[in-house]
Amino acid sequence: MSEKEWPLWEVFIRSKQGLDHKHCGSLHAPDAKMAIQMARDVYTRRSEGVSIWVVPSAAIAASDPDDHESFVEPMADKIYRHPTFYRLPDDLEHM
Amino acid sequence: MTSSTCEFALRMGDNALILGQRLAEWLGHGPQLEEDIASANIALDLIGQARLWLSLAGRLEGGGRDEDALAYGRDQHEFRNCTLVELPNGDYAFTIVRRMLFDAYQRVLLGRLAEGAEGDIAAIAAKSKKEADYHWRHSADWTLRFGDGTEESHRRAQAALDGLWGYTHELFAPDAADPDAGSLRGPWLELVEPALKEATLVIPADTAFMSAGKRGVHSEHLGYVLAEMQFLQRAYPGARW
Repeated sequence: MSEKEWPLWEVFIRSKQGLDHKHCGSLHAPDAKMAIQMARDVYTRRSEGVSIWVVPSAAIAASDPDDHESFVEPMADKIYRHPTFYRLPDDLEHM
Repeated sequence: MTSSTCEFALRMGDNALILGQRLAEWLGHGPQLEEDIASANIALDLIGQARLWLSLAGRLEGGGRDEDALAYGRDQHEFRNCTLVELPNGDYAFTIVRRMLFDAYQRVLLGRLAEGAEGDIAAIAAKSKKEADYHWRHSADWTLRFGDGTEESHRRAQAALDGLWGYTHELFAPDAADPDAGSLRGPWLELVEPALKEATLVIPADTAFMSAGKRGVHSEHLGYVLAEMQFLQRAYPGARW
């Protein structure tokens, strides 16, 4: 009997029509079809979603945490990139 | 009329209850975490169906017994589930192939009841049919993977089918409570045959063997299922938590 580990899949669930798929976790499954069925049972058993995407975890390219200093930190002091200097009319709400 | 309808509801409820109980035995022992959860979900679907059918049976009986009284208070010979669902789980191939044969039966029967029956029976069938459709998707899919998988998985799936096939005849044996049972076999075979063929599994030759669980004549295995399921309510009647 094969003891080979099933590959890992990342699971994305859309909770309602019109909303985005959101990453909600990962699971092991032998292939995409089975990954969707398992995601249905693992992540939507309390009606959390109307649509499921699965992506092989190995297919995701990620930024490197070690690059934090050059990759992320320089953005912290660029307040002029936030549109907070506009004067808003008084009756404009929810901004 | 009412007594045969009650009998029918008991059968439906007991089938779901006992198979649900069997599936729940896999909790924490499934081959993979994800599969463990899937199996438990399906077990809970079946327990949910059992509650509806047994509540209906209790109302039709008119003796004041509710779902719990029927599930926990009856002895082995009063259970009306088919023998197929009470057989021990065996390996995972046996568990899956048994479910695949049963899920196909449920799909055909519940589909027919949802369309043709009325009142409570049609309502319970319509709700349960959606669950059965998914159960079939799961069990037929695994049957294909086992049957058309490795040499070892094929051998186990074929052994499971060889052991189980004889117990399916009972499902289609008509009697007063289920006079149309025989007419379900055609549509059932239309589901089961192509799925087994795709899985490269061979249906064994039919024999004269006929199990009789639905008449209350059970295998030696049901008693153990009931002992575990009923212990608490028998030892502490009416216990709640």
